[in-house]
Amino acid sequence: MTTRYTEDHEYIKLDGDIGTVGITHFAQDKLGDLVYVEQPKIGKALKQGDDAAIIESVKAAAEAKAPVDGEVLEVNQAIVDDPSLVNSDPENAGWFFKIKLADKAQFDALMDEAAYKKLIG
Amino acid sequence: MSDSAEQLSRTPLFDLHLSLGARMVPFAGYEMPVQYPLGVMKEHLHTRAHAGLFDVSHMGQVELHGAEAAAALETLVPVDVIGLPAGKQRYALFTNDEGGILDDLMIFNTGSYLHLVVNAACKAQDIAHLKAKIGSRCEIRVRDDLALLALQGPGAEAALASIAKDVANIPQSFMQGGRVLLAGIDCLVTRSGYTGEDGFEISVPNAQCEALAKALLAAPNVQPIGLGARDSLRLEAGLCLYGHDLDTATTPVEAALTWAIQKVRRTGGARAGGFPGANVILAQLDDPSKVKRKRVGIKPEGRAPIREGVELQNEQGQKIGVVTSGGFAPSVNAPIVMGYVDTTYASTGTKINALLRGNGASVMVAAMPFAPHRYKR
Repeated sequence: MTTRYTEDHEYIKLDGDIGTVGITHFAQDKLGDLVYVEQPKIGKALKQGDDAAIIESVKAAAEAKAPVDGEVLEVNQAIVDDPSLVNSDPENAGWFFKIKLADKAQFDALMDEAAYKKLIG
Repeated sequence: MSDSAEQLSRTPLFDLHLSLGARMVPFAGYEMPVQYPLGVMKEHLHTRAHAGLFDVSHMGQVELHGAEAAAALETLVPVDVIGLPAGKQRYALFTNDEGGILDDLMIFNTGSYLHLVVNAACKAQDIAHLKAKIGSRCEIRVRDDLALLALQGPGAEAALASIAKDVANIPQSFMQGGRVLLAGIDCLVTRSGYTGEDGFEISVPNAQCEALAKALLAAPNVQPIGLGARDSLRLEAGLCLYGHDLDTATTPVEAALTWAIQKVRRTGGARAGGFPGANVILAQLDDPSKVKRKRVGIKPEGRAPIREGVELQNEQGQKIGVVTSGGFAPSVNAPIVMGYVDTTYASTGTKINALLRGNGASVMVAAMPFAPHRYKR
């Protein structure tokens, strides 16, 4: 499974043509304790850069954006029920949604781990 | 303009904050800790369960000396200062000629002078105001040499007692104060704070502030708490934040702070009026129909936090108010809101809507505080 990253601190892990999307450890640390998550509707067609999920922390409101074009296949209800999962395990149990990629070239153009690590310093 | 272009001040605890792993942010011209590694949520809950130590040294401390100090200060606040006994503290408001609020503050009568604590963002303006208006009637001493710590929570008394030379000197009830020797340092201590919990504010010389903070942090169950939790704690306690819930266009009556205006300063009182905007404020007190909007607590039905600036609407979709503070309340485990609504909608239980991301979210006017006050009376 290959993982790519956006400048907005989302990650997407690709398995076949299905990507699992979430926010990075860096992003959850910046946001602080999450208190609310609103997921996109299953079946929703997203364009790259669209606001996909709403995230609220004790400090601020933010969005998780769609890293690529595609259709929402599945959302993680566990983080709606307990948003702190995103803080404790952002890149595994704290995933947001699964998206069926429309164009794999968009995925390939995103940052790899080395480039993302360089971005966040 | 970037933040780095501004010259930010530091409190005497700056190095300690860094060593404790604080995340520092610009606030009211200071570099202040917004949170420590514990995080806002746990810092908040720790304060309610045990004790939290807050650096509030950015706030202004000013002394008024002289026989006329109390009478002079009464010309600037709608509050009974002359009747404030030695050893007692009182909440007050500087008002302007339109009846709006210039700042909120605490006044402590030491017995020989008045000790004022004012907001960081307003302190330069407050000091100028004091000097211009009453500088000829009393001596105004700006105490930049003093830092301020707040120790808050049910464990605050035990923590303070653990470093006090003589526990009998610790003020025994809410809004009392006096001098206490703490870790060998002569401090001015009042039993007060801004979290809704029992606790203390401790005025200490800058040079000794770090030693005092370290002594308090060494007491069992005392954690350093940042501005993030300070804000959620005060909001749960239904307490106003100047510049958000209070401003120059809002009167104390609209702000539901009439409890801060003692009878002696109201119509029919022995020293009625005589403060800026008295005509407006007393008219609103005498005739509630003159009060067009009011500060209220609001509880959202859903889980989504509703934040400052969100429009409030009636069920017909007309604007009836605005959110001035809002966020998630860790001790209530739900979002809470403070805002202003047209008086018609100000009764507890009134159903209104908040315009959240283009949609009307159902909310209800609710009694404050959201978390019960636990002051020691």
